[in-house]
Amino acid sequence: MRNAVWLGILLAAAVALPWAAEAAGQPATIGLATRILCLGIAAASLNLILGHGGMVSFGHAAYYGLGAYTVGILWEHFRLGEPLWGLIPGTNQLLITLPVSVLVSGVVAAAIGALSLRTTGVQFIMITLAFAQMLFFLFVGLKAYGGDDGLLIRRRNIVPGLDLREQDQLYWLCLGLLVAWLTLQWRIVGSRFGRVLEGIRQNERRMAAIGIATYRYKLAAFTIAGMGCGLAGALTANYLRFVSPDLMAWQKSGEIMVMVILGGVGTLLGPVIGAAALVGLEYALGGVTEHWQFFLGPILLAVVLFAPGGIMGLFRRG
Amino acid sequence: MAEPVLRVQGLVKRFGGLTATDDFALDVQPGELHALIGPNGAGKTTLIGQLTGEIRPDAGRIVFLGEDIIRLPVAARVKRGLARSFQIVQLLDDDTALANVALAVQARAGHSFRFWRSAARDPALLAPARALLAQVGLERAQTRVADLSHGERKVLELAVALAARPRLLLLDEPMAGLGAAESLRMTETLRALKGQFAILLVEHDMDAVFALADRITVLVYGRAIATGAADAIRADPAVQEAYLSEEAA
Repeated sequence: MRNAVWLGILLAAAVALPWAAEAAGQPATIGLATRILCLGIAAASLNLILGHGGMVSFGHAAYYGLGAYTVGILWEHFRLGEPLWGLIPGTNQLLITLPVSVLVSGVVAAAIGALSLRTTGVQFIMITLAFAQMLFFLFVGLKAYGGDDGLLIRRRNIVPGLDLREQDQLYWLCLGLLVAWLTLQWRIVGSRFGRVLEGIRQNERRMAAIGIATYRYKLAAFTIAGMGCGLAGALTANYLRFVSPDLMAWQKSGEIMVMVILGGVGTLLGPVIGAAALVGLEYALGGVTEHWQFFLGPILLAVVLFAPGGIMGLFRRG
Repeated sequence: MAEPVLRVQGLVKRFGGLTATDDFALDVQPGELHALIGPNGAGKTTLIGQLTGEIRPDAGRIVFLGEDIIRLPVAARVKRGLARSFQIVQLLDDDTALANVALAVQARAGHSFRFWRSAARDPALLAPARALLAQVGLERAQTRVADLSHGERKVLELAVALAARPRLLLLDEPMAGLGAAESLRMTETLRALKGQFAILLVEHDMDAVFALADRITVLVYGRAIATGAADAIRADPAVQEAYLSEEAA
């Protein structure tokens, strides 16, 4: 009950943020907050497999980048008026680009997961990383879509009833989708599927011994997580109006993982709070020094050593 | 004799130069409580691994309910009714005893690709789970496994195995680490289960074995050196030499 009250207050504050930012004469905050929302979806989706399923994927940015590139490539073909492979027409309709991004990321995640999930432990970490790097270099080499220079999206996608050129409307769209994604994940974690996932994290041998073929559940979770990250990527492409291979580089995968750990592994809001903390730190420290990541290290170290439950863990104790 | 629930023939497993299972054969009859005994290093753990599917044998047949299951993975064997308990308990330590059993009930109740409805309050899972806990006599249903005593965990291990509705229950040293009183209580619990399904009991506690077993197979260096009723086994000179004498010493 108390949790519900806090969630309500938090949500109200998030909805009101653009007005507050305008009133305070800080409209740039809205953009910063939009970035946090996008990365929050990405981190939450990683948390589904990392926190709840115990699968440490070090290539989660691949799906982030794929979601973003789906928007970018569809825009490029829309702009040129040439269908992709002579078959698939480009579009700038958000109601098409978002589902397609989710679908593309999901299909690729299913394929990568099907191979990676035959391994465990360090091998799994390495193989997910390797697949993500393969995709990274594929897009670096795709000169038709800008190679490593990336691809400009001159105008944000169009959606009936909203004008995404207005940054507060894009912000509310991202907030709505974040809330929807978290709701979905909350239901999944509490469902029968979520119980199996949780059991796999705690003791996979036991799960097999009660008759559960764990592989297919892990693959399903891996695919869902990839889809969530694809959604995050598609929104990011709209926010940045630019996509580049950096979105799927291993540094981005690491960043998303840091958000999950910083915020609280296996908690509903932790990854979003982690995203806010990391983006906030980058902004605050970045204003002071160019070498902000040098100071980020000790902060992360302190969290891992003294607050193993992340920021959410600190709240819970208090 | 009726068709056996489990028939093992010519089972062989080698690890390098060591033959851990050596042309092993075993029949378990319906409703029978069959004990498997043997000194340390006899290959009991390797044998259980092969029966459950965690270890792949080099040769031989394992026929369960008329089907050769030797190529089936662990979960598929459990689905067919070959359930097991672990010697070293394998439970979900962060969850309550009830949640552990409820998850096992869920696993039996078909696939778990259900993504929306809450499982924690599902009476279709909780009611059978409570009944199973009552059956084995575990009272602290809402206690986290990590906070249960060793004896309680062994009992919970049994309840989780029972949730699979076994046709053959493979018990890997259910008495291991139990105190005298707990051992007696476990013996009574197993006696009450006896006859409902076949049981293959691997156990070091000779009192329990002789109190419960219909037949006993003695495993030495990976081979079944004798199979028979308790009295016959006790009297068998080869068994005494290989095992019981060592136990007395």
